[in-house]
Amino acid sequence: MTALSDHALPDPTNHPGAPQALPVLSVSNISKTFGGAKALQNVSFKVMPGEVHGLLGKNGSGKSTLVKILAGFHAPDEGGTLEFNGERVSLPLKPGDYRRLGMAFVHQNLGLIPSLTVMENLRLVPLTAAKSAYINWSAEERATRQALARFGLDIDPSERVDRLTPVQRALLAIVRAFEEIEASRAVTGRPGLVLLDEPTPFLPAAGVAQLFDMVRSITRSGSSVIFISHDIDEVMEITDSITVLRDGVMAGELKRADATHETIVKMIVGRSLTKAERPAGPAISRPVYARISGLAGKMLQPSDIDVGKGEILGLTGLIGSGYAEVPYLVFGAHPARSGTIAIEGGNAFDQKTLSPKAAIDMGFALLPGDRQGASGVDSLPIVDNMFLPDVSRFFRGGFLRNGAMVREAKSLGTTFEVRPNDPGLKLSALSGGNAQKVLIARWMNRSPSLLLLDEPTQGVDVGTRQQIFAALRAAAAKGMSVICASSEAEQLAEICDRVLVFSKGSICTEISGDAVTKDGISEACYATAAPLSTPSQSSRVAS
Amino acid sequence: MTDALSTPSAAKPAVNLTRQFERIALLLVWVVIIGLFSAAMPSAFFNWGNFSIMFASYAPAALLALAIIIPLTAGDYDLSVGATLTLSASTIGVLNVWHQMPIGLVLCIVLAMGVLVGLFHALFIIYFRVPSLVVTLGSTSLMSGAVQWMTNSSTIGGIDNNLIMAAVGYRLFCIPYAFYYALAAALIMWYIFDYTPLGRKLLFVGRGREVARLNGIAVNRVRVGALVMSGVLASAAGILYAGVLGSADPYSGLNFLLPAFAAAFLGATTIQPGRFNPWGTLVAVYFLATGITGLSMLGIPLWVTNVFNGGALILAITISQITRGREASDLG
Repeated sequence: MTALSDHALPDPTNHPGAPQALPVLSVSNISKTFGGAKALQNVSFKVMPGEVHGLLGKNGSGKSTLVKILAGFHAPDEGGTLEFNGERVSLPLKPGDYRRLGMAFVHQNLGLIPSLTVMENLRLVPLTAAKSAYINWSAEERATRQALARFGLDIDPSERVDRLTPVQRALLAIVRAFEEIEASRAVTGRPGLVLLDEPTPFLPAAGVAQLFDMVRSITRSGSSVIFISHDIDEVMEITDSITVLRDGVMAGELKRADATHETIVKMIVGRSLTKAERPAGPAISRPVYARISGLAGKMLQPSDIDVGKGEILGLTGLIGSGYAEVPYLVFGAHPARSGTIAIEGGNAFDQKTLSPKAAIDMGFALLPGDRQGASGVDSLPIVDNMFLPDVSRFFRGGFLRNGAMVREAKSLGTTFEVRPNDPGLKLSALSGGNAQKVLIARWMNRSPSLLLLDEPTQGVDVGTRQQIFAALRAAAAKGMSVICASSEAEQLAEICDRVLVFSKGSICTEISGDAVTKDGISEACYATAAPLSTPSQSSRVAS
Repeated sequence: MTDALSTPSAAKPAVNLTRQFERIALLLVWVVIIGLFSAAMPSAFFNWGNFSIMFASYAPAALLALAIIIPLTAGDYDLSVGATLTLSASTIGVLNVWHQMPIGLVLCIVLAMGVLVGLFHALFIIYFRVPSLVVTLGSTSLMSGAVQWMTNSSTIGGIDNNLIMAAVGYRLFCIPYAFYYALAAALIMWYIFDYTPLGRKLLFVGRGREVARLNGIAVNRVRVGALVMSGVLASAAGILYAGVLGSADPYSGLNFLLPAFAAAFLGATTIQPGRFNPWGTLVAVYFLATGITGLSMLGIPLWVTNVFNGGALILAITISQITRGREASDLG
């Protein structure tokens, strides 16, 4: 594709007498402080008309904060300015202001309503904001067909959105965003800006190509696109200029022509990639506790994972790389496509038929990342949450011994430093970190042989995090094996003996011993696809 | 969240006092309205005979309200309990009076029918994943139609005297046995809800289905069990209803449905606020019954009954919501 030549000239009719086009968006010196923490510091960049601008950075680098400032969700600190098409806007923006300014957002969850039709989703704003007393459905359908035809999309306007493929859904969301900026362009006569926030991780390769064609069509019309992604290859393919954020500051600004994979990774991670071989390190050799073979899920391709007795094994990768599925698949919480698990060299169990109940009986424990939805029930007491899997233990002489439960919950609460330690309180009375301690206590109290964790310290304050890590280490020292999926390299580095890095559904790097460091893990996440394959060769999951 | 944590030790006693008051608030209101009606009609209202009749005649309604809190706790609605009651009472009439079947056998058949009704609901709700509201609304209509067909839409009198005696003939402390059946049901449910692992499982299945599943609870089995139990209890309510009336009325059972739901939700504001609980439900049923009995004795027209039922429900739940500082409701 000739992305560079495609976008070159904005439609001159929209810029009467403007030889040097004004930037569509100009961000200068934007900062944002949360409490004492600086999430963004003096970030500045420009997006020119007809340009695709890449925005890159690790989790926590400030990308989301920047997006939320543009969406009017956060107020930036004093001192910065925003200009749209050369006009300074007053800050902070109010929620919804972005529409008037000609911006539209496509978030990763797309913001479509699955049970409504393509037409209703596409025409949501015009339909609900219309001043007329009735809806002219045939006109709406014409408008929908036109909008879809502009991008060569063959989708039936009356089809329900939940019947579309994931690619069609993503494209539909982008069409809607484009319609929005076109609507404001009709009023102001100025080009708009579509912001795509990680639209690709769950799409197959062919879908990404289609999405990029659509992005090019948008820029051909003179409007601009901000493309946020973790995937450096994709960013190199589609963007014209790139801004990299690291820890809230500008780590670099590049023209696409000047960018190489390595320079970008260097900017994201903060130091250059060490291509040296991983030291074998003083990795302790342990007897294998669980041998997982050929495990596959939605994104995860058949993978082999061994975890040693008493080992803390970390799993990580970029979003959509499949690592996050592993704890759920192993536990039987989500259906596996294939895979077996053998414990201590024994018989292999089929992961496809393993139920959570059977997994618990085998000594497994799962702490899901979704604390409220899957881990504990907020509206019920701490004590009941703590003893949910083994409440029968307290049923003696025909009665559930509530007193004994509360006593044991209280002493567990002391061990795990739950504050306040009042087992009768509802779980919702605790802070996120303390609630997590209750749920960890639930499983640790059963002395599981394999503990499966997904983002165990999400929304947990730093002090509590240390307490949780200490508890994990202590249990591992006694022989409990741990598999911990997390996107936080720093935390994995702190507790893991070994880390597996996933890319596009498969394990691509194994880090162990002294190489398990924050930077080592971060680099591996970005380095993975790089020198080995080009995007076209990479093995994306075909849906 | 963290700043809410720093104060609990100081705020605790006051909070507990409010909560304690909340537990008994409905009981207090009940006492107050008994006091008001007694002051208005010292001889007619405030005598044991009046109360004993009320306790007995609302026993089927109490059983029905107890029936629905089982699936409600597990997170499913059973709107069909009124129709199940009618089906059960009418079947007793048809088999016992028209076909001369012995009453013991008839009662067994009727209770087995309750099991079947529950399994039928479970098939559609759990296996085919149709929302419980829809399934039980549909089966209400199905059962009502079946009742009209088998009774020719007529009331069947002359039900076995043993059943009538067992319901309203024998008395303890001047109150007919019917009331004690409801009391026994509440007692057993209290035991199961609060003192068995099954009760905890029921609660977790209702509040967090995914949490329950990931903690090894057989979620579907618990839901099927809850639906079957509500079918059986609703059938038992039908037996009691036939016994109290001495006949099988093919229509009036449906009128029990809304008051039963009102009582279930009203009951969830008292004794154990925030949970459907058997004692609260029983208190709510008789609180509503007292209001209705008192108002009708004052000669207030019949439509006031409905206004009282609905008004009490909305008011009680609103007040309970306000005292809880509008925190998200624990129910539904």
